[in-house]
Amino acid sequence: MSTIYILWLRQLKRYFRSKARMIGSAGQPLLFLVALGFGFGPIFQKAGGGDYMQFLAPGVIAMGILFTAMFMGIEIIWDKQFGFLKETLVAPVSRFSIVLGRTLGGATVALLQGIIVFLLALLIGFRPDYHLFLVALVFMVLIALLFTGIGTAIASVVDDMQGFPLIMNFLVMPTFFLSGALFPLQGLPTIITDIARANPLSYGIDGLRGAFGGALQFGYGLDIAVLGIAAFAILGLGAYLFSKIEI
Amino acid sequence: MENIIEVKNLVKKFGDFTAVDDVSFNVKKSEIFAFLGPNGAGKTTTIKMLTTLLASTSGEILLDGKNPAHDQNGVRSTFGIVFQDPSLDDELTAIENMEFHAVLYKVPKEVRKSRIEELMNFVELWDRRNDLVKEFSGGMKRRLEIARGLLHHPKIFFLDEPTSGLDPQTRNHVWSYLENLNKTEGITVFFTTHYIEEADKAAQQVAIMDHGKIVAQGTPDELKKQTGEATLEGAFIKLTGIDLRKDSASGADHMRAHAKAWGRR
Repeated sequence: MSTIYILWLRQLKRYFRSKARMIGSAGQPLLFLVALGFGFGPIFQKAGGGDYMQFLAPGVIAMGILFTAMFMGIEIIWDKQFGFLKETLVAPVSRFSIVLGRTLGGATVALLQGIIVFLLALLIGFRPDYHLFLVALVFMVLIALLFTGIGTAIASVVDDMQGFPLIMNFLVMPTFFLSGALFPLQGLPTIITDIARANPLSYGIDGLRGAFGGALQFGYGLDIAVLGIAAFAILGLGAYLFSKIEI
Repeated sequence: MENIIEVKNLVKKFGDFTAVDDVSFNVKKSEIFAFLGPNGAGKTTTIKMLTTLLASTSGEILLDGKNPAHDQNGVRSTFGIVFQDPSLDDELTAIENMEFHAVLYKVPKEVRKSRIEELMNFVELWDRRNDLVKEFSGGMKRRLEIARGLLHHPKIFFLDEPTSGLDPQTRNHVWSYLENLNKTEGITVFFTTHYIEEADKAAQQVAIMDHGKIVAQGTPDELKKQTGEATLEGAFIKLTGIDLRKDSASGADHMRAHAKAWGRR
């Protein structure tokens, strides 16, 4: 327990100390909210989609969580060669508690980042329904856990940062763009709909949007089930791969 | 005297390449043991196997009677280690790095504070305890790593090139800590270095590794006699040849270059 706690605490300390990173990673979601929110707002309205900011904000909050969570997981690659990972790997504690502490810490940081984006969205004009705020929080936690787990799993098998752009461009960006974060998943070419349906983030965004008062597409039951199962499966896989790391 | 490290017929293969080729040696309790060899000889790979970071292909290792293949955590609590690359968390303060280690190694709460203070005084960093490690010089980081490695009172202390990149003053300092520790606590010190004169001065036993094999072993004087050289460095060159090693750049080297170029995060 104390091992898990100290690793969790370490991630939080690092987060609160690097203000530049906090601000930096809020910049991109803010740009999306301003540029897309205001830019496409009138067209969305004319097409009968309603207020685009209300539609977009949950997607961008999820994006903030997704990027931070992936990064927190991927950070292990760096730690593998320099630093800290070796110190933890030769300690007389189980690898499972190490990976659990790290992942929980990373997911907590991602969640905080999501809340920052949420507050920014409020400033810009997002007006959510607060009745189901706790449900929204559950979705944010699940998204954070899922993608920290994916980052951890990838970082456990990749040995240097050369693969990082590959991961960003072929995994993280498509996951975000093809998830229903930016546009409704109705009336699209079948291939796009199919990809979105296979993308666990779509269910996270759907649940988040619903909880904030928007229209649900899949329903809470399916959203929670898909996201929850995916998160636990990937956390298990991440923990297994992490335990096999040889430096 | 009893052996605290026993290595028998140790082999490590990476695909077709045999990095460690049938290596056997013993280290006696309370000894300062120098493990020398040119780049790519297999020293670091051997240390990784001794410290549970890497599984061996075949052969047997016993550390204080415990086998890393069966009892990883048992082995892990017997040693402290200073790695070749710094392994501190730069974003934490010096004392936070120490506390982190104490928690991982389950150092009892009652003695944690006093022991951390004692060790940080020992390496003369107590006054800087609340500073972030990223503000430290290379020498200060090394000293902190030494203090950290000793926090759980290990029986064996591994140091992989502990003095590389340090100025002569700091190197001298580091060695006076280590020799002092060896004398007063009887801790076994197992180290690698490219500064052969350090081994000549400090080590009671020396093993020289080359191309994955141990090519010579003995006291510094025995090795000098065996080769008819006046210095251990001379003996080392005679035993391992003057050819430069083709040391292919590993992932770590690329990352190291990267880290230099960008500053660490």
